[in-house]
Amino acid sequence: MSELLKLESGRKLAALVAIWMALVLAPFWMPPLGGYTALGTRVLVLGLAAMSVNFLLGFTGVLSFGHAAWFGIGAYGCGMILKFIALSTPLGILAGTLAGGLAGAVLGALLVRRRGIYFAMVTIAFGQVFYYIAFQWSSVTGGDDGLRPFYRQPLHLGVATVDILNDATAFYYFVLVCFALAVAAMAFILRSPFGRTMLAIRENERRARFLGIPVELHIWIAFTLSCFFMAYAGSLYALVNNFADPRGLHYSQSGDFVMMAVMGGMRSFWGPLLGAIVFVVFQDYVSSVTINWQIFIGFLFVLVVLFFPRGLLGFLQQRRRA
Amino acid sequence: MSLLEVNGASKNFGSLVAVREVSLKVEKGELRAIIGPNGAGKTTFFNLISGFFPPTSGTVVFDGQDVTGLSVAKRVALGMARTFQITEIFPELTVFENVRIATEVAAGYRLRPWLGRAEAADLRRRVEGTLALAALSGKADRLVGELAHGDQRAAEIAMALALKPHLLLLDEPTAGMGDQETYEMTQLIRRLHREGNLTIVLIEHDMRVVFNLADRIMVLDQGSFLAEGTPQEIAANKAVQTAYLGQAA
Repeated sequence: MSELLKLESGRKLAALVAIWMALVLAPFWMPPLGGYTALGTRVLVLGLAAMSVNFLLGFTGVLSFGHAAWFGIGAYGCGMILKFIALSTPLGILAGTLAGGLAGAVLGALLVRRRGIYFAMVTIAFGQVFYYIAFQWSSVTGGDDGLRPFYRQPLHLGVATVDILNDATAFYYFVLVCFALAVAAMAFILRSPFGRTMLAIRENERRARFLGIPVELHIWIAFTLSCFFMAYAGSLYALVNNFADPRGLHYSQSGDFVMMAVMGGMRSFWGPLLGAIVFVVFQDYVSSVTINWQIFIGFLFVLVVLFFPRGLLGFLQQRRRA
Repeated sequence: MSLLEVNGASKNFGSLVAVREVSLKVEKGELRAIIGPNGAGKTTFFNLISGFFPPTSGTVVFDGQDVTGLSVAKRVALGMARTFQITEIFPELTVFENVRIATEVAAGYRLRPWLGRAEAADLRRRVEGTLALAALSGKADRLVGELAHGDQRAAEIAMALALKPHLLLLDEPTAGMGDQETYEMTQLIRRLHREGNLTIVLIEHDMRVVFNLADRIMVLDQGSFLAEGTPQEIAANKAVQTAYLGQAA
């Protein structure tokens, strides 16, 4: 390995340590800066969702505009377990993840021959189907009012019980552990031979095909994995709010996730998390000043796309190389 | 038995007949060139062989097996690899990664979640071997998109070689190259053919390259077969001269 590569991987390690330190210590440094722990929890969950969208967008080159559907199905799945079936947080997460992931796997099989804008359009259409089911089927989903009441349940860890319902810091660490598991799984997949075939498809589908990669199958697998991650994030989101909202499945929610990914930098692994931080903190701050906060986030988005086409993190990385 | 046998292959796009009942037999170890004026249907013919699209009629037999209805992935698995007229590579990945992906797919690792230590080491050796063959060892850590045109072409060929093909299809390997790059590419193809004992079919416009390399030449004109023979026979062929230069006054 050349000196340059050694330096590069040393920097990467340092950045990784810095990111995890910041996340682990967030409940301590956020309040002095005017934040609060629950805001950090929201950032983690929405950041995970944006990273799941980017798993497909940034690393396979496939844009889904309906990913909120899997997010929302995860939330409803988790909520329904807690409301109707069993008072168990892990079971809720498991059920929500499976429900959204499997729904994604089935519909993904119908999608994989579409490309580009056509793929995006069909994902919007599928997503809206689920949105209207959640919106209309009031007896099961609570309709427009959303699914409630249900509450995340204390975790029984054998030796101790952690009260994640009332202790915001304990809940933050619980979500951080869940986040870390998913992010580690994503990183692991992207470093595998299969992950490299995803990059190959992103870079040049024709070349990938003529290397002998069955492109449709690999896009389907990447899509399905991404849906599972998305539904997992959605399950956690239901726990964050103790509530599942039909608007969580709406295409505008999908758009928010894509916006976070693009703003943060879709070619970088951590970019979408940065995008989610900017988005959520900005939303939290501006929405306390005006109800028209979306105008300002839209304006910010346009600025980022115009001046930092590779996203905020992409811009920082490029400047360091130059 | 011929390695590649195309029997009366045609391709229509609507009412346009791009390739009309062209047949071709390529023996193991042969280096065959396909030439013809622009629009002769050479690349379309390549696309029929490599499975880019199916022929309207006719069959393609590879290594004794009818592959006419097989997917690209299956043809690649049987040992067919190709390059394109416009270089098709993974521009934002390094040369090493480009060739590594091809090598992993050829090794059957494409769905693997991880590689064992021994597998990874063996794979690395194979990638380095392929890079050396294509004279790219010194550029392994460079992004392919940042290389000179000639090196990008070499990288594309390296990816095809990593598939361990029995038949290599090269679509205008020297297109857009200067004299020095053309010379190096010719040397590379000759090495692959002579030392690697690889069967090669290439489309080429540069006649110096064709007459330097080819054992036999097939000429297409306006989608149809025009002539076939050794370079000397083709050079002396009146019909070929007419196709290229127009009717003598």
